[in-house]
Amino acid sequence: MSFGDGHSRSDKAETGDEQLLTPPTGEGQTRQGASSAASIAARAAAEAVARRSYGKLVAFLAARTRDVAAAEDALSEAFAAALTDWPVKGCPANPEAWLLTVARRKTIDMHRGRRRDEIASEELRILALGLEAVALNPGIPDQRLALMFVCAHPAIEASVRAPLILQTVLGLDAKKIASAFLMSPAAMGKRLVRAKDKIRQAGISFSVPEREELAGRLDTVLDAIYAAFAEGWTDPGGTDAARRDLTEEAMFLARLVAQLLPKEPEALGLLALILHAEARRGARRNDRGDYVPLAEQDPARWDAAMIDEAEALLQRASGMNSIGRYQLEGALQSAHVDRCRTGQANWAEVVQLYDALFALAGSPVVAINRALAIAELHGAGAALVVMQEVAADKRLAEYQPYWAARAVLLAKTGALGEAREAYEIAIGLERDAPVRRFLQERQAALKG
Amino acid sequence: MQYLLMLYSEEGGWNQLTKDQQDQGMAAYRAYTEALQKAGVLKGSNRLQPTSAATTVRLANGKPHVLDGPYVESKEQIGGYYLIEMWPLDAAISWAARCPGAGHGTVEVRPVWNMAT
Repeated sequence: MSFGDGHSRSDKAETGDEQLLTPPTGEGQTRQGASSAASIAARAAAEAVARRSYGKLVAFLAARTRDVAAAEDALSEAFAAALTDWPVKGCPANPEAWLLTVARRKTIDMHRGRRRDEIASEELRILALGLEAVALNPGIPDQRLALMFVCAHPAIEASVRAPLILQTVLGLDAKKIASAFLMSPAAMGKRLVRAKDKIRQAGISFSVPEREELAGRLDTVLDAIYAAFAEGWTDPGGTDAARRDLTEEAMFLARLVAQLLPKEPEALGLLALILHAEARRGARRNDRGDYVPLAEQDPARWDAAMIDEAEALLQRASGMNSIGRYQLEGALQSAHVDRCRTGQANWAEVVQLYDALFALAGSPVVAINRALAIAELHGAGAALVVMQEVAADKRLAEYQPYWAARAVLLAKTGALGEAREAYEIAIGLERDAPVRRFLQERQAALKG
Repeated sequence: MQYLLMLYSEEGGWNQLTKDQQDQGMAAYRAYTEALQKAGVLKGSNRLQPTSAATTVRLANGKPHVLDGPYVESKEQIGGYYLIEMWPLDAAISWAARCPGAGHGTVEVRPVWNMAT
């Protein structure tokens, strides 16, 4: 038996309830008290449209002024107004024009308010010109990709890249992002402000990198999106709305990048990986809310359409003849799905994929999952030897899946005492109650 | 936009090099400076004396308080700088990466405050 099914942080973060509609983000909406399904749907639709337009307008304005914060300021009230207005009155035919009208009014107000401050005044003038240009030109160029490349620039602190993308492209507020990334809103707010200051002051250009540079830079964009997705999955019970939503936001971004860079196989690979994980979301808990490991999941409960879409993406990506981390991770998901559906063991193929992944991105997390696959192929003893090679990595001491994997392998070799100890540590490290229960049951079963 | 490339390195490092290595190092810096000049982006550059020659000054109770030595005691100190003009940051980073100082130390890229706006 292998614990978990994957290789990444999403593994230990199996999530429960299916939540299709995003909960309200704005205060105003909560007050409106959407009781009927229709109004919830209207709100979700309005939010989706507003968010898409918001990101486009922020990107467009920031690309002209290089001042992300000013662009956000100009649009934030417009966005908030849209979230209260649209669910009631319906989405406008031209959402961008609507947002723009409100944003321009706001910018003119700001301009008046700060007339004496010449620097601010100059920036606002450029901003107003930008808004004017959008108004005159209905088809505004989509520069969200460039904005994402700015947010994921190597000169930006690595840990703030994903939050920054979520805020600038999707308009999520700092409070919501902070709770999703388990940080205090004040600390998150400060880091986001600092990052935006850096973008403005350091002269980071708003452009999609040239061909030769694109590959390396695209990795950081994809990593940021994946970090957002993984962070969302660390709330396995789906009880924290902010973090549960994050998986959907990440999926939206992954779709956007795949759509804007359709010839980049890794962009397709990431979307496929996310779709695969998302397809199994509902099957990861049973009706009683207990954790269900992959090997015991009912494939009928998986979302077949999402899996099909993921498979098609991987097919397209493989035709481009440039393998990468996300394509390999996607292919692993695909192999797991195939094995569970057909009942045909495919561990040799899985180990091969992990070998390739380890060679490419040799993280200890990959090593653990590779060891678990090796156990299926060559036995638990061989797997423990392989795992010993990464045991020195200090990060693993606090990594629950490492101890759970060790426990499983030790139990198989008959080292029950050591297995019990490893389970004890894994249980102590687990945040999620159903997974903890699952581990406790396995630990108790050792006595038999 | 102007950027100041600040070259940090271990102060004692230079004296530990052989004569050949020092000659090679000087040649590398000369070539780099020339490349910046040819590209038309060099605004200024200097090599600094070691921090043993540094004096620190600040006012205490209205009187200059003078101390021997650098502001921060550290193994790595600024040994020189290049002031370059270009856009955007990525271009400055590329030039910083070509600087010999990035090989034997660390180059900090600092945008210069634009007083014009």
